Amino acid sequence: MENTDQRKELKVSAIENGTVIDHIPSQSVYQVLRILNLTEYNDQLLIGTNLESRKMGKKGIIKVSNKFFKSDEINKIALVAPSATLILIKDFGVSEKKKVEIPSRVEKIVKCFNPNCITNVEDVVTRFEVVNKDDLKLRCHYCEKITAKDTMTFK
Amino acid sequence: MKNKSLVSINDFTRDEHIRILDLAGNFERRPKQRILEDYVVATLFFEPSTRTRLSFESAATRLGARVIGFSEPGSSSVQKGESLRDTIRTVSNYADIIVMRHPREGSARFASEVSRVPVINAGDGANQHPTQTLLDLYSIRKTQGTLDNLNVAFIGDLKYGRTVHSLTMALCNYNTSFHLVSPAELKLPSSVKMHIKERQLVYHQYTEMSEVIPKVDILYMTRIQKERFQDPMEYEKVKNSYILRNSMLDNAKSNLRILHPLPRVNEITYDVDDNPKAYYFTQALNGVFVRQALLAAILGVVE
Repeated sequence: MENTDQRKELKVSAIENGTVIDHIPSQSVYQVLRILNLTEYNDQLLIGTNLESRKMGKKGIIKVSNKFFKSDEINKIALVAPSATLILIKDFGVSEKKKVEIPSRVEKIVKCFNPNCITNVEDVVTRFEVVNKDDLKLRCHYCEKITAKDTMTFK
Repeated sequence: MKNKSLVSINDFTRDEHIRILDLAGNFERRPKQRILEDYVVATLFFEPSTRTRLSFESAATRLGARVIGFSEPGSSSVQKGESLRDTIRTVSNYADIIVMRHPREGSARFASEVSRVPVINAGDGANQHPTQTLLDLYSIRKTQGTLDNLNVAFIGDLKYGRTVHSLTMALCNYNTSFHLVSPAELKLPSSVKMHIKERQLVYHQYTEMSEVIPKVDILYMTRIQKERFQDPMEYEKVKNSYILRNSMLDNAKSNLRILHPLPRVNEITYDVDDNPKAYYFTQALNGVFVRQALLAAILGVVE
């Protein structure tokens, strides 16, 4: 199984050092690029969409050279692509592999969808409690309204 | 409760709610007690709300406190562009407690986090108005002798009314049966209904008021606003179905009382006012006792 996986990954060339974001739902690949500001990225960036996957049917993959994501960035990935796996690459080899996880609290990274929320009027750090992880729902600590997957935007 | 801000009704436990109602009862019996003579209460009204502000200021004054503040943002540094953060930080140097009304949702929670002194939320946009909920609970307990096992009907705009949402949540602590009467467009939001279901309580939904009146102990009326309807024709169709007239109360239970957060427009006709079941003006008076209780408890001058 390892072997098949590796063969498929190679449909997108390998990177020497950096991070592979694997098992992204195909339709979310461009969103992941946007929220991580990778559309502005200056180093090597390899993107695959609609690749065959035994687990998911079709999947997307992003390989980012010389980039190791911080926890805020990993939380963003988890919110838009909860199925994603992060693979850290050193010298063409896998140094670490981990599934992203939706946190129970989300700070700073998400905008509250309510235009009348104080966090959209003043410079206030947003805070949410994740009240549903399967059908993503975030309750704003300030206005108490629910931001859902379809109304979620990032700071 | 000493030094605890009150932003949402759920910030206080059921026991704390009861404690406030008991204290409010003491103030009803003896409204003038100069127990806050050494204290300064700031009332910051970033949007006008004369009724709520006067009720708080009356409560503070009856306890001997000094009141400072503003009644609209035009007369404050807000107009010069000062942030809420800076206004609250500054005022919390001048006062022992802040009472605040603000048009933005979440503003009171934010204020409670930057303030050095406790904050009482007197309404943050469409979100919360917890002192209204406490005075509603006080009125219900006072007229029924208990909060437990009552049949409560909410009439009118159940979708946008924060008063209805907060009171419903609070009543879920008391095994209430809910009777929800509204036009289809203005039903109680599913999030609030979920809260009722989670507590394994029952609610019934109706579009007609008449069949509910004989069943209930409390009839909580609200105003239906024209601007809530996308289609003005829909408003015209339903507007007269949610008006309470004295003749409709003939087969009501003898203990039934009518509440309304006020101001009313036309949803309760004037001939109801003389019916002993009408309680809405006394309900507003109860607000002063409840606010006295909150000021005293949060400032820690009563146990």
